Amino acid sequence: MRDVAVIGVGITKFGELWNKSFRQLIAEAGAQAIFDSGISGSEIDALYVGSMSAGRFIGQEHVGALVADCSGFSHIHIPSTRVESACASGGVAFRQGYFSVASGMNDVVVIGGVEKMTDVVGSEATDILATGLDQEWEAFFGVTFPGIYAMIATKHMHDFGTTREQIAQVAVKNHANGALNPFAQYKKEMKLESILKAPMVAYPLGLLDCSPVSDGASALVLCAADKAKNYTDKIVKIIGTGQASDTLPLHGRTDICTFKSTVYASKRAYEQAKIKPDDIDVAEVHDCFTIAEILAIEDLGFVKKGQGGKAIDEKITTLDGKIPINPSGGLKAKGHPVGATGVAQISEIVLQLRGEAEKRQVKDAKIGLTHNVGAGGASCVVNILEAM
Amino acid sequence: MKDIGIISYGASIPRLRIKSTDIAKAWGKNPDTIVSGLGIIEKSVPSLDQDVATISVEAARAAINRCNINPQDIGAIYVGSESHPYAVKPTGTIVGEAVGATPILKVADYEFACKAGTAAIQTCMALVKSDMIKYGMAIGADTSQAAPGDVLEYAASAGGAAFIIGKEKIIANINETCSYTTDTPDFWRREGRKYPAHGGRFTGTPAYFRHITNNAKNLMELANTKPEDYNYAVFHQPNGKFPIRVAKMLGFTPEQVKQGLLCPIIGNTYSGSSMLGLASVLDVANPGDRVFVASYGSGAGSDAFDITINNNINDLNKSNAPLVSKLIEEKKYIDYATYTKYRDLLYWE
Repeated sequence: MRDVAVIGVGITKFGELWNKSFRQLIAEAGAQAIFDSGISGSEIDALYVGSMSAGRFIGQEHVGALVADCSGFSHIHIPSTRVESACASGGVAFRQGYFSVASGMNDVVVIGGVEKMTDVVGSEATDILATGLDQEWEAFFGVTFPGIYAMIATKHMHDFGTTREQIAQVAVKNHANGALNPFAQYKKEMKLESILKAPMVAYPLGLLDCSPVSDGASALVLCAADKAKNYTDKIVKIIGTGQASDTLPLHGRTDICTFKSTVYASKRAYEQAKIKPDDIDVAEVHDCFTIAEILAIEDLGFVKKGQGGKAIDEKITTLDGKIPINPSGGLKAKGHPVGATGVAQISEIVLQLRGEAEKRQVKDAKIGLTHNVGAGGASCVVNILEAM
Repeated sequence: MKDIGIISYGASIPRLRIKSTDIAKAWGKNPDTIVSGLGIIEKSVPSLDQDVATISVEAARAAINRCNINPQDIGAIYVGSESHPYAVKPTGTIVGEAVGATPILKVADYEFACKAGTAAIQTCMALVKSDMIKYGMAIGADTSQAAPGDVLEYAASAGGAAFIIGKEKIIANINETCSYTTDTPDFWRREGRKYPAHGGRFTGTPAYFRHITNNAKNLMELANTKPEDYNYAVFHQPNGKFPIRVAKMLGFTPEQVKQGLLCPIIGNTYSGSSMLGLASVLDVANPGDRVFVASYGSGAGSDAFDITINNNINDLNKSNAPLVSKLIEEKKYIDYATYTKYRDLLYWE
């Protein structure tokens, strides 16, 4: 296996983008990434695209071919593969691209992640997202994502004394970060009181504890590390990657307050990178709900199990904290176009490691981590990147 | 178009009211958040024996009672609504018979979400202008539907207004009118469905605001006017917030909007909304006053009107029918349980 670098990033604004279609979004992000990298289109060996449910959201399958075509690559007939792993689709697509370059099969690949979610009404979006749960044992009986994470949150509160305020503070922090991010869906700070007073969705999670329904896309150009210098000086190397799975339904797990997929994916990534959680300077984690960020920082080893809520109080995860989490605003404030999320997380970390994150820049960030979860923790991808 | 305008007008608003806080309580929502979020305090509710036909007839009779025209001189009646009592069988024929305008009469029912009534005004203007008819009556009325628990339930109310359009004894000249229309599916009710569906926030920026602002700008260009030239500005009012915001976007002041803004106290009367707002303005306007009106209908389009109040308004027998303020004052509150009965929300076999 040879080293692989990220040499180009592209990201669209996230939000309710009523005037932009699925194909416009991914073409825009892809073009940005290609321009950023300095490669020419004819040098691309393959495309990998993460999309959770284009079939349900816009009635479009065969996304791999579509993306190659709408990006202007149909005439060079390169392979283009759509990857699906619920909300971790983008992260898994990235890993497939990484493997194809690391193996020596390809030199330059483009990774895309895209979702167009606002063409359906809210209730339908909720149903479509619930297809990432176990249809037979969970969704069929009416469980939706907020319900799953609400159960986790109440158990976490019960087991570890985590408070409603601590959970809500995750949203306060991520909105503060999102306010600094030009790509964010919500560039708006939120007070703790607003989070607590928002309409209840599933106790203890209110509306402002939930990530929004979003449109958006992100893209990356990956290149064999030894060839990256031919194109750019802004090289960020992938030093570790791990993926893991777990039981699809929540009830199959011995402990719902631990995502073992996160534990194992991160363990594998740390081992490959030969680093410890303490070595991470900045992380983008999968805060689809506020409680999910608390779980993530515990399962990734940044704090001990049960200490996630306390860590929020101690402000170790703020932009100037010991381990800044979600400088982009996270899924909560930046937005969560599900297929795009895993790729957008890597885009953010690459910008951070290049020192190009402007107002939300984490000081002296050298090593960054991304954490992308599928559904209620049944799949997870963790990537570790380092500035060269 | 200087010599075409409104000859008379009349309004109808059902007496029953339900408070937003009562609806919020029934659904376990925070009443304060609902009231401040939508800007609606209470809304009108049609009683068991009120529908678009009765509301239209009441408004039409009010309009005729205020002026001295022979109903037989009314050559056309168009009723705009999205809650016509019949899917097939016109409301306009009922109105025509009730006011004595039949049988030499052109009639059709219109539907364009909340702007069918203003579309009827434009049709009447064209028929009058071409001398095909002497007077035309345009009505906008609704007993709008909202699914139980839907956010529309706080707004969807009942009411309507009728306007007689003609060339003589004009009380308000319609100087210019224009429309802005696209296929924008922000709100709809499919054939055979009891309740409408809507695209959430999509009903805002790309729908209501885009159509009204573009149409308003076009109208003011056509009329060579600026927002400050108007004494009153009336907008479609799906809630208490949108008309204020769109007014601000265009450069109108809250003071210009105030007299025509009824939604906070009667809800959204859909096809009646901007027309009742205009009726409320005509209740108080003086000769020489200039009035701006922009309706909005989902689906989507806006009709805008540049209106100048004529001296003849002083000769109109306004007291022969209740003013809008009177219709608003005469109210009786019902609770949510009674509301469910009157709005046919209860189910049994």
